[in-house]
Amino acid sequence: MTRSPLHDEHVALGATLVDFAGWDMPVRYSGDVAEHLAVRTAAGLFDISHMGEIAIRGADAAAGLDAAVVSGMERLQIGRAKYTMLCTPGGGVIDDLIVYRRDWDHFLIVANAANVDTVTAALVERFSTFDATVENITADVSLIAVQGPKAEGIVAAMCTAGADDVRALKNYTWCTVLLQGDVHAMVARTGYTGEDGFEIFVVPADAVEVWRLALALGTPEGLIPCGLSARDTLRLEAGMPLYGHELTLATTPYDAGLAWVVQTGAMRVLLRPGVDGAVSMSAEPVARGDFVGREALAAAKERAVAIEADPASAPEEARILVGLVGSPGRAARAGFAVFMGGRQVGMVSSGAPSPTLGVPVAMAMVHPSAAAVGTVLDVDVRGRSETMTVTTLPLYSRAS
Amino acid sequence: MSSVPADLLYSTEHEWVGGDAEPGSVVTIGITEHAADALGDVVYVELPSVGDPVTAGEVCGELESSKAVSELYSPVTGTVTAVNEALRHGPGAINAEPYDAGWIFKVEVTEDADLLDAEAYAEHIS
Repeated sequence: MTRSPLHDEHVALGATLVDFAGWDMPVRYSGDVAEHLAVRTAAGLFDISHMGEIAIRGADAAAGLDAAVVSGMERLQIGRAKYTMLCTPGGGVIDDLIVYRRDWDHFLIVANAANVDTVTAALVERFSTFDATVENITADVSLIAVQGPKAEGIVAAMCTAGADDVRALKNYTWCTVLLQGDVHAMVARTGYTGEDGFEIFVVPADAVEVWRLALALGTPEGLIPCGLSARDTLRLEAGMPLYGHELTLATTPYDAGLAWVVQTGAMRVLLRPGVDGAVSMSAEPVARGDFVGREALAAAKERAVAIEADPASAPEEARILVGLVGSPGRAARAGFAVFMGGRQVGMVSSGAPSPTLGVPVAMAMVHPSAAAVGTVLDVDVRGRSETMTVTTLPLYSRAS
Repeated sequence: MSSVPADLLYSTEHEWVGGDAEPGSVVTIGITEHAADALGDVVYVELPSVGDPVTAGEVCGELESSKAVSELYSPVTGTVTAVNEALRHGPGAINAEPYDAGWIFKVEVTEDADLLDAEAYAEHIS
């Protein structure tokens, strides 16, 4: 099993370790619920070094990526990041990704641990006609996340240079900083918890120093180390998909309620300075070039629009993602069957007792006729039916 | 290494038994610290009812954490005489004090039980 460079830190902190996609990673330290609530109320520190990193470098990096994934990448600005997906020609999801533009000819992609080899192979193939290299650099990158309302102050305090840049970061942007101990780091305002937070990219040799620094400066603010169990319940409450659950080769982004990720064209906003300081603004559509899955996704979009207009007419096997909330008690889990009036209408994709809400919550793929908010559904929880109500996603939103 | 008190008996399904596991006596049952740690924070407990017959090795309840569900097995055969009602609103006691406030139910034993002593259980989980 692969060990994170922080492995000894986790053992010393008393973590329970589990095999996660071939990595020996902490599932919890003090307790799932305390860790979850620390992120909601103060801050949590996560080792997510298992995540896969892929570097794309070369003159055609932008054009190649634009043709490889479902979102437009050519006009992504340096310093920004974008959530996107790699799809098959048939529109199925190979993985969901965050793409960071490092330079005009350099992108950093973060992929799921279990998928990084598949994603790398697919990108190598898709870049065969482009002048750019695709390299799996997972072993050269350690990723540490600081998440929660206190994260900004903690990460800014870790910097000897760049603290103001960290504070000024908008969601899905990044900057480079110097951390105490002369550590060079890339800091991005991204995360997987539904809270404000940062992901810190460093070389593995610096990971222990950065981890200890975050703990030392964060502990007085209420920061505690958090494991994968809290990460999972946090993302579930935030309505964020997990590959293998809400996203699979058999689902399109439309099935998972992520239509916005697919960009077939973009509106370019034009600002024209006029006389006396007046500014005129106009927008024009800019067509995107072809990308893998485009045709199938255009058809999926048409189906999704038709289904939205008339959910009852959807074919029997059609599924869309919904949120479910239950009453205190037994929780629906991934794989449990969902019924409406005795007829099976779908399956739970993720479910757990929600530490923030105090009731079981779930995401489920159900027939569109069962997806209206307020619909009462029955979930077969180990042979006994439990009632859950369809609700809007996310199940939890932080106060803005 | 989790604690395995020497004065208790244990099942291979990670329950502890306090008292003489002999016909006629009443024993107290909970889950071991090893099991509680593996399960994570218990947030919901489905308890058996007082008066229920239970059979050694058979399921008589459920323990649910953020990450997992674990079935609760009875380590002895007999009749349930008490359940820890406090767990309905404070299941966290199972993690905080598995051998004390986190006890789960009591059974009046009707048959000799096949249980491990502390040394054998410690071996079982090592």
